[in-house]
Amino acid sequence: MAGIAKKENLAFSDENLTGRTQQLFFNPTEEENYTYYGNVDVDFNKRTSIDCTDLEARDLNQKIRDAMKKGYGTVVIKNPGAKHSLGVGILNKLNVIFEGSLGYFGIGCIDGPTVRVKGRVGWSCAENMMAGKVLVENNAGSCFGAALRGGDLIVKGNAGARTGIDMKGGTIIIGGNAGAFTGFMMQRGRIIVCGDVSANMGDSMYDGMIFVGGEVKSLGSDCVEGEMNEYEIRWLEQKLNNAEINSKTPVSKFKKYVAGKKLWNYDNLEPSERKGILG
Amino acid sequence: MCGIAGVINRKKTVNVGEQMRLMLQGLKHRGPDSTGYAMYGTPKKKGFVMRFKISENEAEKVKAVIDSPEQLKERKTQVDAIMKKYGAKVTKQSSSTPYAFRYEFDFKGDLTGLATEIETIEKTEILSIGKGLELIKDLGDATTVSDQYGLGKFMGTHGIGHTRMATESDVDIKSAHPYWAFPFEDVSVVHNGQLTNYWGNRRVLERKGYRFNSNCDSEIIAVYIADKMARGIELEQAMHDSLDELDGVFTYVVATKDQLGMAKDYMAAKPMVIYESKDIVACASEEVAIRNIFPHEIKTYDPYEAEVKVWQV
Repeated sequence: MAGIAKKENLAFSDENLTGRTQQLFFNPTEEENYTYYGNVDVDFNKRTSIDCTDLEARDLNQKIRDAMKKGYGTVVIKNPGAKHSLGVGILNKLNVIFEGSLGYFGIGCIDGPTVRVKGRVGWSCAENMMAGKVLVENNAGSCFGAALRGGDLIVKGNAGARTGIDMKGGTIIIGGNAGAFTGFMMQRGRIIVCGDVSANMGDSMYDGMIFVGGEVKSLGSDCVEGEMNEYEIRWLEQKLNNAEINSKTPVSKFKKYVAGKKLWNYDNLEPSERKGILG
Repeated sequence: MCGIAGVINRKKTVNVGEQMRLMLQGLKHRGPDSTGYAMYGTPKKKGFVMRFKISENEAEKVKAVIDSPEQLKERKTQVDAIMKKYGAKVTKQSSSTPYAFRYEFDFKGDLTGLATEIETIEKTEILSIGKGLELIKDLGDATTVSDQYGLGKFMGTHGIGHTRMATESDVDIKSAHPYWAFPFEDVSVVHNGQLTNYWGNRRVLERKGYRFNSNCDSEIIAVYIADKMARGIELEQAMHDSLDELDGVFTYVVATKDQLGMAKDYMAAKPMVIYESKDIVACASEEVAIRNIFPHEIKTYDPYEAEVKVWQV
């Protein structure tokens, strides 16, 4: 089976992730087992704001954590000033609003929050995000959603080169254009680009899907066009609707790109599944 | 890693020295070894401005050999003698450090010959010659260099700058950016990245008679652009050609007497953020640098791979 791109293999598949960051194993001697690490009860109606003008990234991230501990469920960050590494490592449900642009590595390594950025983000935004929703109102830099594992990552404007590099799950939605090497080495997950995509799209992708509304300059190695089914068209429509994006191209005209699966010879099982068959 | 920045004010003369200092100070974390400025004042109708150095900065932990004041004095006398020999009339001179000088001079004649002969003097390097261009580079962060050379009130239209993290060559002034495109007046370059076909290109250009002062790969971009322009190729075309002929990962910014341009390689591996408005265009490796001159929210974007942009004053 391996090495042949069968039509049924190219449709949507389950995305069961194992080894979540928050998973803790029970140990009766440890006091921490009374609470779940990083998980606090917050009230979304309780709102606070933090001015970032004179704060370093470390101080701001600590302040967000402190606010969560006090039960604030909505945190507004004023004047982020395009500083780097803001809002990283939030492992909880939380409503975060950035009233301005972020620099590099913004809101990386998050698990759960809903984030809205009223500005632009730099390189490697939402890197290794596990769950949650991030919406960027302007443009995004390169490596947008690098190593993404889950959640929805949305940018209304353009995204830079290597969008979704090495992504292992989740959905990236781009309202505008995407740069070169979009979906480079992606392993799972879905990328939706409403505009055009530059050269070498989907280069060396293992699996996953890229939906494109505009033109693709060139396909990378082992990226092939697939066939869209009714279900996927409905899904796209709903997904773009939820993301507040009005695509110029009607959803039915979108094209789907998948991995040709000619570059590798692995089987399709997760390690845990394989164990079940062998054992 | 290195940080690069450029700013161009359209049809307006402003304190570009302070603009550049603020941007480069914001990029200090990308490279604290040295900082360089290439700034463009109002072009002189008559004569040139020359910036040159006759020794290295002898800061701590730097390999440069310490020169005695007598040696420095002798080298300066030699420079003056050559200027006189070529008939260049120095109208104004000043210096901020014992080893770096600024001359204004009237000259009609063989500028290349003059520049080449001045550089035969030991450790002497012309940083720039131009009608508007003044190139200043030294060890330390942006504020240190700006204070040392009194750049806080430099009035001009545009400028480029660089904060360097030394990876390919020594920490000294001769390996610091920006590079002046010897011997073409008013052309300078800053670069972030690595060039992999440096030696091959350098040998080709050396055979054509171009001089290289350092072993820094970035110097080749300045010489390469200069060589193209000498053959009558427009700046924008020369930059497009460089994408195919220079190998490696790079984003560079180049300035001439009335233009500012940027180019990014095919892999889009090195960052650049651009802010464009009617009055001003600013570009830098990170948005945080641009935000040092615009504290309010602005709309910026990243150029894509193989993109070349040129802006006019």
